[in-house]
Amino acid sequence: MRLARTIQRSKWAAVAALLLAAATASTEQEVDEYAEARSAMVAEIGRYARSAGDTAEHAFDSRVMQALAEVPRHEFVPDDQKRVAYENRPLPIGHGQTISQPYIVALMTDLSEAEPDSTVLEIGTGSGYQAAIFSALVENVYSIEIVEPLANDAKARLERLGFDNVTTRLGDGYDGWEEHAPFDAIVVTAAASHVPPPLIAQLKPGGRMVIPVGGRFLTQQLLLIEKTADDEIVTRQIAAVRFVPLTGEH
Amino acid sequence: MQRWIFPAVLLISAAAIGYEILLMRVLSIVQWHHFAYMIISLALLGYGASGTFIALGRTALARHFQFAFSLSALAFAVTMVASFILGQRVPFNALEIVWNPRQFLHLATIYLVFFAPFFFAATCIGLAFTCARSLINRIYFFDLFGAGLGALGVVLALFHWSTQDALRLLAGLAIVASALPAVAPPLRYRLLPLQALCLALLLLALPQSWLEFRMSPYKGLSQALEVVDTRVLGQYSSPLGLLTVVESPTVPFRHAPGLSLSTRFEAPEQLALFTDGDGLSTLTRFDGDDDALGYMGDVTAALPYRMLEQPHVLVLGAGGGTDVLFALYHGARRVDAVELNPQAVKLVGDIFADFTGHLYDDPRVAVHVAEARGFVARSDDRFDLIQVSLLDSFAASGAGVQALSESYLYTVEALQEYLQHLTPGGYLAITRWIKLPPRDNLKLVATLREALERMGVTEPGKRLAIIRSWNTSTLLAKNGDISPAEIETIRDFAHSRSFDTAYYPSMPRSDANRFNILQETYLYDGTLRLLGDDPEAFIDRYKFHIAPATDDRPYFFHFFKWSAFQEMLALRTQGGAGLIEWGYLILTGTLVQATVLGAVLILLPLSVIQPRWPRGAGRRMGAYFFLLGLAFLFVEMAFIQKFILFLSHPLYSIAVVLSGFLVFAGFGSACSARLVRRADALKRSPVMPVVIGIVAIALVYLLLLPFLFARFAGLDDPVKIGMSLVLIAPLAFFMGMPFPIGLARVASEAAGFIPWAWGINGYASVVSASLATLLAIEAGFTAVIVLALLLYAAAALCFDQRA
Repeated sequence: MRLARTIQRSKWAAVAALLLAAATASTEQEVDEYAEARSAMVAEIGRYARSAGDTAEHAFDSRVMQALAEVPRHEFVPDDQKRVAYENRPLPIGHGQTISQPYIVALMTDLSEAEPDSTVLEIGTGSGYQAAIFSALVENVYSIEIVEPLANDAKARLERLGFDNVTTRLGDGYDGWEEHAPFDAIVVTAAASHVPPPLIAQLKPGGRMVIPVGGRFLTQQLLLIEKTADDEIVTRQIAAVRFVPLTGEH
Repeated sequence: MQRWIFPAVLLISAAAIGYEILLMRVLSIVQWHHFAYMIISLALLGYGASGTFIALGRTALARHFQFAFSLSALAFAVTMVASFILGQRVPFNALEIVWNPRQFLHLATIYLVFFAPFFFAATCIGLAFTCARSLINRIYFFDLFGAGLGALGVVLALFHWSTQDALRLLAGLAIVASALPAVAPPLRYRLLPLQALCLALLLLALPQSWLEFRMSPYKGLSQALEVVDTRVLGQYSSPLGLLTVVESPTVPFRHAPGLSLSTRFEAPEQLALFTDGDGLSTLTRFDGDDDALGYMGDVTAALPYRMLEQPHVLVLGAGGGTDVLFALYHGARRVDAVELNPQAVKLVGDIFADFTGHLYDDPRVAVHVAEARGFVARSDDRFDLIQVSLLDSFAASGAGVQALSESYLYTVEALQEYLQHLTPGGYLAITRWIKLPPRDNLKLVATLREALERMGVTEPGKRLAIIRSWNTSTLLAKNGDISPAEIETIRDFAHSRSFDTAYYPSMPRSDANRFNILQETYLYDGTLRLLGDDPEAFIDRYKFHIAPATDDRPYFFHFFKWSAFQEMLALRTQGGAGLIEWGYLILTGTLVQATVLGAVLILLPLSVIQPRWPRGAGRRMGAYFFLLGLAFLFVEMAFIQKFILFLSHPLYSIAVVLSGFLVFAGFGSACSARLVRRADALKRSPVMPVVIGIVAIALVYLLLLPFLFARFAGLDDPVKIGMSLVLIAPLAFFMGMPFPIGLARVASEAAGFIPWAWGINGYASVVSASLATLLAIEAGFTAVIVLALLLYAAAALCFDQRA
């Protein structure tokens, strides 16, 4: 009787172990699945990488590529978008906001030329993906979001995923974040009719600000603002893609 | 006699057309304007498919005519409301269309959802025709008369009622129509409880919240309302647009396009004014303190005021009034401001007058409720500065949302009109958003060159100047050559604000790229080429469509070229998505969809049930009905467009032209039997003289309308509407004839072909609604009309060859 019970118990245990193994396997498989998609995405971006400003192709900074390869983008999109999280396109994240196309994220991050000891300010946290990418690259990231539910979700998400050097807050990005200024780099992902002067003021000499220009799903161009060592402002407009608008030339 | 039929048909027709126009408004609000074309094609699809449906179930339907009519009318009422609610909940996102092919599926879903009410409405009308054949002429009259009433009625109703209340009214009409058969013997009250229930639900129990607009979250208004503490201060609805005033106390709007990076000023307190949820314009707080407006000196649009002393200014598109304040800030001695929407004028001048500092009461300001083109055309004044306001939002402009929106503000003829109303030395100033590579900025240069050349100016390049910030460009066109001293003023103004000069007469390349550094100076290079010897070659080779917009092809915002599409599509993954103007793609998608769904819903069922082509019909009669379907809609669509300029607004034009064509085509159709009898007696073709009449009138109109429109643009709206109807009457009268003439012949020779005739004709109409617009974009309205006339001629040949 006892033996039978023991056998039965061990049988249950075996079943449980089996189930557990299966479950673990499936989670691992899931992770693997995303990892594969993620490296495919990184490879695609690598192929497209172009230098902003001149015609010679070059790669994005390898640290940027490394960050893209590490940050789990699928964690930053709504559940119904996870399937396509690693496709090279912008995705809706609710509240009329989007998570940028990975290629644009790479380009913007690359243009910011942030260093490991940099302090970065982001205006428009969105889902927190861009902040997470910076988190892997720099010392401190400060990010401001104007839409309350997005700000709350992004804060919780970044904490849960352990991006500890990112500080977020709900609020108006126009005035920047005075107490943490100046910044080595500022990225503005929210649309604006003009560049907020306080942000320019909070840029370190030698610092760079990057602003994508265009609609939610269609980035038209990027605006790069550089503050020289002697506080002069230089702005450049950078087409996101190399496109010659005339046929028969080049 | 079944007298109930007449009022019932009238009500259904009125409600169906009313609903069609209502939907155009709704989709302009929750999505964007280009859906208007889809709705016209949808309504036609409903009519086509119901023709097939009735042809298939004729015997059963005839036996239960009254019941079937009642039920169908009730289904019309119910689906009208249901589609209104459901259609807005389809997660279609037009902006994602280049990324996500599934969006086309959503578009098709919207198409099918809105198909239902039109199908049921058309079934009612079709049943009446089929089952009360002896009354057919009078039914036809009430059908068309009702449609005409509905088209005009709903526009009037929308001036006083909200869109939602207008919807309840239209659905109520359909329910009343559904109850009417019950009053005739044999009395049948079976549906009365259901009808009463529907009416009660509609009027008393249907929650208003279900009917509220579900605006795309990517429209400016939706985005503004996501911001903490924003609130809507007021919403004002009319057929000219839904105006929404928004306040954002915590996060100020700070709308200042083209503000210099080196400015020390900030934008003052503003209220946002959205039209149909987009196109941000602002109301600016003003308490008499000019210092608060300092930023107005540091935007690109301020340039013309540096060239002029106390100018007399004309602002085209006053919107929220900020441009009027702008002119006063810069010392204008007099400002004439033109605004199409009277509610916008009331907002600035009355409702929020305390906020705007009673701007419109200022003795220097005169506000005119008018359409800009018409106002300029009939004005005897000359202005030192004519300023076209930047009223479209950057997001909309960037995404090609307006690609299909006709705009008569930026055509060659429009610019000529503006330039002719400048004082000697006066300026036309147009500020636009910057895009890379440039599109509208270059198209504007091409359009201006054409306008100046038509005015006999031999060296247009001496009159133009363009400056740019990182996101706006301001173009000046002077009435006279720009002097070296003025060039210095332009350079000083630009450089002291870190703006670049993109063009001025004899500008060196070194001056083109100093502050906002571009990888390539396409705007400078392109402007030089467009002002050079061979602008056409440049326009041809440019990968965006930048040929001048004209009144015949008023698609200023259309930049799409098929030749560059593949390259752009391939580049979208590399950040090049912004190159694609998707408005054009949606129209193409709509056309493909209409072609496929029309075949599935109209032709396929016909071919299953009635696979054999009846003897005596012949292929030529098939072609005849197909050609007529295409030609009628081509002419109708082109005239809707032609009359927009005259009647000032697309919706007026649709309502007036549509109802004019319907009513007078109805008269023509009623007279067609007599014509056939007379032609038979003379052994002549009845179609050929009709087609000759159509061709002659249409050709005369092509020559005459521009002149008439220019001459009478200044008349009051009711007079212009009356004139339009008178003009449409003879053309529509003749155009109403070929179809019933053909139908009569088929009825006598091969009765089994009638459903085919309906189906083929319906199918052609469905396709032609979007096809006409595509053709107009590519070749212009004149070409569409000429093509339609050729189609009519071909149809006449088909008909006569058969005889």
